[in-house]
Order: sequence, then structure tokens, then C-alpha cells
Amino acid sequence: MKRLVWSMGIALRALRVNKLRSALTMLGIVIGVAAVIATAAIGSGARQRIQEQIASIGSNVIIILPGSLTSSGLRMGTGNAVTLSEADARELSAQCPDIAIAVPTVRGGAQIVYGNSNWATIIVGTTPGYLQVRELSVGRGTSFSQGDVDGANKVALLGQTVVENLFGDVDPVGQSIRIKNVPFLVQGVLTPKGQSPTGQDQDDVILLPISTAKRKVIGTRSANADAVDSIILEAKSGEQISAAQEQARSLLRQRHHLQPAEDDDFSIRNMQEIFATQEASSHIMSLMLAAVASVSLVVGGIGIMNIMLVSVRERTREIGLRQAVGAKTRDILTQFLVEAVALSIAGGIVGVAFGIAASAVISRLAQWNTVIGIGAVTLAVFFSAIVGVGFGYYPARRAAYLDPIEALRSE
Amino acid sequence: MHPLIDVRGLTKTYRLGELEVHALRGVDLTIERGSFVGVMGPSGSGKSTFLNLLGCLDTPTSGRYWLDGTSVEDLDRDQLAEIRNRKIGFVFQNFNLLPRMTAIENVELPLLYTASPASQMGETATRALAAVGLQGRERSLPTQLSGGQQQRVAVARALINTPEILLADEPTGQLDSHTGVEIMSLFQRLNRERGITVILVTHSDEVAAYTNRIITFRDGLIVSDSAGPAGSRDVAPAVDRTPVGVQP
Repeated sequence: MKRLVWSMGIALRALRVNKLRSALTMLGIVIGVAAVIATAAIGSGARQRIQEQIASIGSNVIIILPGSLTSSGLRMGTGNAVTLSEADARELSAQCPDIAIAVPTVRGGAQIVYGNSNWATIIVGTTPGYLQVRELSVGRGTSFSQGDVDGANKVALLGQTVVENLFGDVDPVGQSIRIKNVPFLVQGVLTPKGQSPTGQDQDDVILLPISTAKRKVIGTRSANADAVDSIILEAKSGEQISAAQEQARSLLRQRHHLQPAEDDDFSIRNMQEIFATQEASSHIMSLMLAAVASVSLVVGGIGIMNIMLVSVRERTREIGLRQAVGAKTRDILTQFLVEAVALSIAGGIVGVAFGIAASAVISRLAQWNTVIGIGAVTLAVFFSAIVGVGFGYYPARRAAYLDPIEALRSE
Repeated sequence: MHPLIDVRGLTKTYRLGELEVHALRGVDLTIERGSFVGVMGPSGSGKSTFLNLLGCLDTPTSGRYWLDGTSVEDLDRDQLAEIRNRKIGFVFQNFNLLPRMTAIENVELPLLYTASPASQMGETATRALAAVGLQGRERSLPTQLSGGQQQRVAVARALINTPEILLADEPTGQLDSHTGVEIMSLFQRLNRERGITVILVTHSDEVAAYTNRIITFRDGLIVSDSAGPAGSRDVAPAVDRTPVGVQP
């Protein structure tokens, strides 16, 4: 151990003698590592943003949509059939062990009027469980209750965007708004949620009890008064998502009396799957950047090899002397390897510092999220050490196999 | 008991482009423990080549070399390094100290390549420096030392692993005559008190005066082998393996 510390000392001393040369040699590694750190920071920043967006939808969420309706060979597209019902949602909640909650929703658009201002927005009719699944909370006022759903009470929860456009500075809680000429009491305001992964404003929405929404605003379907536009499920945990998905599928097939050969009359989408695609593309992006960065690491490595070869030539006599007093092949090899690795690790550490600074600048200027992971930092330093060993090996080996007598004679 | 050094039919041929240089043309020699041998001869007579072969720095083209009963030709690179480390100390004409290292670090150098405990390195090297009269100069860089002092550092380095043989290639060649005498007295003391076998290459009769056997080379062959002025010593003293600097 002391020997290693000792050869570390020798290496640092040798590097200090040629400060400028050592600094320039390190530069390649510095740039490479800084690039790796910065791209990793941008990559994990993007990933973190996607995670946040998934969380904004609600984590562990599964969405069930009615299946496409095929009538006389004309396929109408997903969501046109009325195969899902409020009863389906209730049974999914009650019977499936891996499902925490299932909420039915109906959707529609409407013009909202308050005093002399009006605003067009999305109406979502649902049950109080919707807030849990979508991880929404009520900032001011209170949520509606199951009692409001059962009694089809005319109460509404407003998203922040709606509040801003209708009320301005007025506190909306307790005010009355009109939706399709029906007066509703504003019972609460949802805390802002921001943009959805697809860029929609998730705060431009009004939540109503599903019963009220159907009867007064959106209207019921003639075929089935119990029909809903979608059912949103929450699995009990991230690991239980696929189990929950399977349970939902088999329960719905059973409830819809589907024969084994028949296709599902609904489609199940799980949020994780949707964002996996998005994450994959950002992953490819960071892989590409990492590839570019590693090219500069290799270039840095070649610089190290070059300088180490020069150093071996300059110190041939020293090598000869060390051999004369008993240095074995391995001793000389270690000495020069340690020197190369010291160069590359020092470059790596400086590079990490530059990389962190660069990602701070990028996140300030481009308004991108950047996340410096301890993993990326360790990996970068580790890789620069590998580069040191890889490109230092050839010069070190050359030094180790010098002929002692010729080495001693050299000038 | 086998002699310390026994060479038979040793030859060394260098190739300089098309030209073959026969540095040694067949040398037979036996050197007993405790000898103080001077190797003389004109430039290019092969004496330095011979010394390098004895020191296991170089390998012969043909012939046999038994060092303390071990056949050196059969050893690989690292085994030769081990022998140089343990059995042989080198002193060079130009000292060959590492310029960026202090005196004590230069002396410690051979210890790095042994299994000796690192904690004792400093102490051993300090004693070795004291034994050559350089106590207090441990932290000096070679450039801060006189030629004689530098050569003493080199001697301390050569002795740090208590070798049996000290090989010196014109050790006083770059020193003034007064300092040369100092170094030669040091060698003589090491030879007499510790029984270290000293073999040195020299041009100078004054240096040769310290030896008890003089071997003269010419054109790669030994042309004379005679008792030196210091007198032949038939009985070699027992080799004192006490570490340098430890007063017996």
C-alpha cells in the first residue's frame, strides 16, 4: 500500500515538473468527461421531467377506453362504443385485489358563464375518487362528496386556468357559475397541475359529479344511461400494474359476456407504457451524446499515450537505473501506469467540475432541467481511469521491457 | 565451497549495423569472496562489458557464469532484477542519482523493490547515509551536494540491501584526487570490515593501489592477472551481512 502511495508521489512529482505539458495532456480527458457529465445531466434532467409528467397524470394509472364499434364493416375508432359503465367501475374497485380504486369519467366541452365573462373549457364528470387517482388536491374550498354524486348536486370544482379567466381577483369559492344555463355552486378550486406530457393545460378543466354532468351538461347516451367515456384505475403499486391490468381485463370480459374467441370491446392503456416510448427516445438521444463524448475521451487517451511515450523516452536513464537496482518488469510497469492514471483521473476530476458548471449554465440559459447524478460522476471518473490504464499500458510496457544496459547508457 | 564468481568462456558480441564488435572473446575467471579486484585495460578492451555481465545487467553471447553457484544464463528478466537487487550493488562513474529526489530517497530506491517493510525504509536509509558520512544531508538534492558527496550517496544506495558484491565502474573518474581517495578508502573499509567483494574498473594506478588483485583486459581477453599492491588475501573474511550502518 505504501508502495502505491509512494509511486503516486513519484508520479505527481514527475507530472509537476512539466506542469504545462501535463495540463495540456489532461485537457482531452477534461473535455471528454465534462461532455459526458453535461450530457448525462441533460439526459437525466429530461428523464426526471418525464417522471414528473407521469406523476402529474397520477402514477400507477391505467386508463380503460370503450372499444371501437364495428357496424356493417365501418370501424368507428376507439371510444365510440358505449361498452363501459359506472357499474363496471364499481365492480373493478370492489373485486380486483390489485386495483386501489377505479373511477368512471364522462367528458364534454361547454361554455362557462360567470357574471359577464365566459370561457370554454372541458367538463369532466366523475366521482370523488378521481382526485385521488389523478393526484389532484383542492386548494381553496372543498371537494365534492359521494353524496353530491348520489344526489346529482349542482356543485363544481374549478381548475386554476378557468378561475383566472372567469374570476380574475374574485374568490370563486361560493360563487355561482352557469354551465349550459344551469347554475352551479363553485365548491372548490384545484391546485395547479401544469402541462400534461402531451402539452395540454391540465388546469383548464371543471370537475362535476358524474351524475350531474350526465343529466344537466353532457347528456346521457340513449343506448345506455349508465355508460361512461372512460374508467381510470389506480393500481395499488407500480409493481402491481400488470396484475391490475390483467384483473381488469378478465373482469370486464366476464361482465361483458365475451366469448374466448372474441376481441376485447374495450382497450386498456397503461401510462407507464405510453411514457416508456417517450423515455426511450430521450434515452437514445443521451446515448448518442454519450457516444460523441466518449470519442473525445478516446482522443484524450491518445494524448496521454503520446505524452507517456515522450516521458518514457526522456526518462530512459532513470528506468535503467531503477532496473539496475532491482526494479522488476512489474515495478516499472506500475510506475508508468500510475502516472498515466494519475493524469487521466486528475483530468476526470477537473472534467467533472467543468461538466457540473456547464450543466448549471445550460439549465440557466436554455431553461432545461439538468440533474447531476452521483452515478454519472463516479462512472466518468472510473472511465477516465480506464482510459489512463488503457492508453498508458503500451508506453508503460515499453518502459518495463527496456534493456537495462542500453537504458543506462542513454543520454 | 564454490567461488563467488566463476565465468567460463564468456563472450559478448555487439552488432553495430554490418559490423560485429567482439567486446569479449572468451574470458575465464574465478573471484573468491572478500576480494578487492581492480579491472584495468585501455578503452574498448571489454572491461566495462565484463563488469556489466558480472552485474547481471547484460547477458553474454556465449559462455557460462555462475554467481554464488547459480547459473545466471538460466534466469529470466525478473530473476536477474532480483539478483541485482539483493546480491549486487552498483556504483557508476557519473553517480546516476535521480535528480529530483533527495539523498535519502535515492538511497531508499533499491528497498522499494524488495519486500522489506515500508515502515523501516527511512530508518535503514538514514543509517546507510550515516555509514558513508552523510548524516544530516538526508533532505539534500543531488545538485546541492558535491561530487564526492553524491558518490557517497550512490555508495549508500549500493549498500542498502547488504549485497555481497560491489561493482564500480570508474567510481573516481569524475572526482578530484582528494575526493577520489576518500571514496577509495570507503571501499577499502567496506571490503575489510564487512567482507564485501569489491570489483572496480579503473584507469588509474592510484585507484588500483587499493586492490589486492588486478586483472588487465586487452581486446576482449584477460592479458594479465596479478596480485594487487594491497596484497593478496588468501583467507576471505566471513561475509558480514549486518545491515549497513548497524555497528557490530
